[in-house]
Amino acid sequence: MNDDATQRIRHHPKFLELERKRSRFSWGLTALMLAIYYGYIFVVAFAPGVLGHPLSPGSATTVGMPIGVGVILSAVLLTGIYVWRANGEFDQLTREIVESTP
Amino acid sequence: MNRTLTFFGRSLPLGTLLLASPAFAAAVEGQLAKQATNWVAIGMFFVFVVGTLGITYWAARRTTSRAQFYTAGGGITGFQNGLAIAGDYMSAASFLGISALVYSSGYDGLIYSIGFLVGWPLIMFLMAERLRNLGRFTFADVVSYRLSQTPIRVLSAAGTLTVVAFYLIAQMVGAGQLIKLLFGLDYMYAVAIVGILMMVYVMFGGMLATTWVQIIKAGLLLGGASFIALMVLIAFGFNVEALFAKAVEVSPKHGAIMRPGALVSDPVSAISLGLALMFGTAGLPHILMRFFTVADAKEARKSVLWATSFIGYFYLLTFIIGFGAIVLVSTNPAYVDAAGALIGGSNMAAVHLANAVGGSLLLGFISAVAFATILAVVAGLTLAGATAVSHDLYASVFCKGRADERKELRVSKMATLTLGIIAIVLGILFEKQNIAFMVGLAFAVAASANFPPLFLSMFWRGLTTRGAVVGSTLGLVTAVALTVLSPAIWVKVLGYPAPIFPYDAPALFSMPLAFAASWLVSVLDRSRAARDVAMRFDAQYVRSQTGIGMAEAVKH
Repeated sequence: MNDDATQRIRHHPKFLELERKRSRFSWGLTALMLAIYYGYIFVVAFAPGVLGHPLSPGSATTVGMPIGVGVILSAVLLTGIYVWRANGEFDQLTREIVESTP
Repeated sequence: MNRTLTFFGRSLPLGTLLLASPAFAAAVEGQLAKQATNWVAIGMFFVFVVGTLGITYWAARRTTSRAQFYTAGGGITGFQNGLAIAGDYMSAASFLGISALVYSSGYDGLIYSIGFLVGWPLIMFLMAERLRNLGRFTFADVVSYRLSQTPIRVLSAAGTLTVVAFYLIAQMVGAGQLIKLLFGLDYMYAVAIVGILMMVYVMFGGMLATTWVQIIKAGLLLGGASFIALMVLIAFGFNVEALFAKAVEVSPKHGAIMRPGALVSDPVSAISLGLALMFGTAGLPHILMRFFTVADAKEARKSVLWATSFIGYFYLLTFIIGFGAIVLVSTNPAYVDAAGALIGGSNMAAVHLANAVGGSLLLGFISAVAFATILAVVAGLTLAGATAVSHDLYASVFCKGRADERKELRVSKMATLTLGIIAIVLGILFEKQNIAFMVGLAFAVAASANFPPLFLSMFWRGLTTRGAVVGSTLGLVTAVALTVLSPAIWVKVLGYPAPIFPYDAPALFSMPLAFAASWLVSVLDRSRAARDVAMRFDAQYVRSQTGIGMAEAVKH
């Protein structure tokens, strides 16, 4: 790809739209995942008692169980959300960019 | 905050727990007694070997070109690749080790496995599609897209081979010990069988055979683990509360297994290890290479979603299996000695549980799957190492990108043979060593030497060749040096009384150092080459976002 073609796509309105949307989306999800994981690790490190409470009075299951499993499920869920939007909306935008460049 | 402050100066039990934990040690703690020859397990493993050799024969006839050998011609689907990635990630160490950690520590096993999972969403959001759009055979293709070829290729090959070597040692020693234990085969035979079969898969079948071996093994492992977990849940009428209540009752630690334990005492190592696991995953050469086996960005994204789902599911299974073993194994005198320790060592929790819920047939099946798992993981590692030698060093550096394709293919096969022999020799040399730190070190090096240049080259226009070289080299050297000075080697292997570096996980220090050095050297770089690579950023950026130009021949 030569420089002209690069610059044409680089300043293409659809490309700018794709760049803006995807950047905001992927960094937002990254921040969310890091917040979930490190939030969890900080509770483990500094307030472990919170996770050790029984889920209901007298139960063996602790609060930490659904929270830990929730972290695993959130990783899968956030990944799925990204794929859903990227394989739909972002790929559609990419196709439009490719089709409109000679 | 008083409590937390006192933690920082101490030698920290968390690293000890994590790095010396069964998950990293994979049955290598101490010398294990050789068991009676297990014919059911050997028979099932034989079936696996015959089947996978059949696949290798089929794949060999399709593996005639360089692209076929390295990446199966890009013809793997997202689902297949996701299963293969999960297979690469779910080693025998993580199956036996994490279930053993849950067996011995309960909730801590869950915290630990979460650390391995959370790197995957980040790979998805920031790397997967860009890697697919920019690279062809190795992650060095991506880093050297606009940076200078020779230094970057040498650097990436060094990072790749270092990670592969540490990982291979851990796998080979684990294989020898585990197979001695499960099959009753001699250590030497076990290591030689793994090495030779792996060489056959990779040399003749290339990426296509390696991928299918990985897929079959992942299917067997997930199937076997699902069955054990299901049997545990059936025993408790699908009432998880009843399982936990019974575990609390019979465990010597009682209620402590239901909350965070030893991890609490050391936030620094916890965060450092978390960083290594999270970003190290995004720097493991055999994992990164898998993104080049699919056709496009869409399939690359599907791969990560499938991989994340399978790996997350697998960790939930190991958690149930660990608790099932507390209830069904620790209370049964057939599996524990007089002191209450598991017969055969701490990693045997899942294996004994298989016997308890499914008899000798399931025991044989799980043993065969453990063997198959090691075999598949070492095959993937060896292929990544061989590709770094033939594509990055031979074709790109030695031949300056003008290598004859047939010769390059021959070099890659010779490299596979050499790596296989080295792996067998290392496996034998390290038999009696304490190698519990090896996988942690491999992740730390991947996070400190491979991930920073890869990430910066895609996201930061200002990265120059000098910056990448200095940053990555510093990351590699620091990660290795700090590990040597840490308790895991300085005290436990070399026998000094006190460690010089108090934490077992170096990534918290080595990874930021690599980033900082890359940045500083790049901004100070006023050379013409630095201006040239910055000017080529736009073309790389457009292609990384859209994939335009992917189909064109890439000039290496």
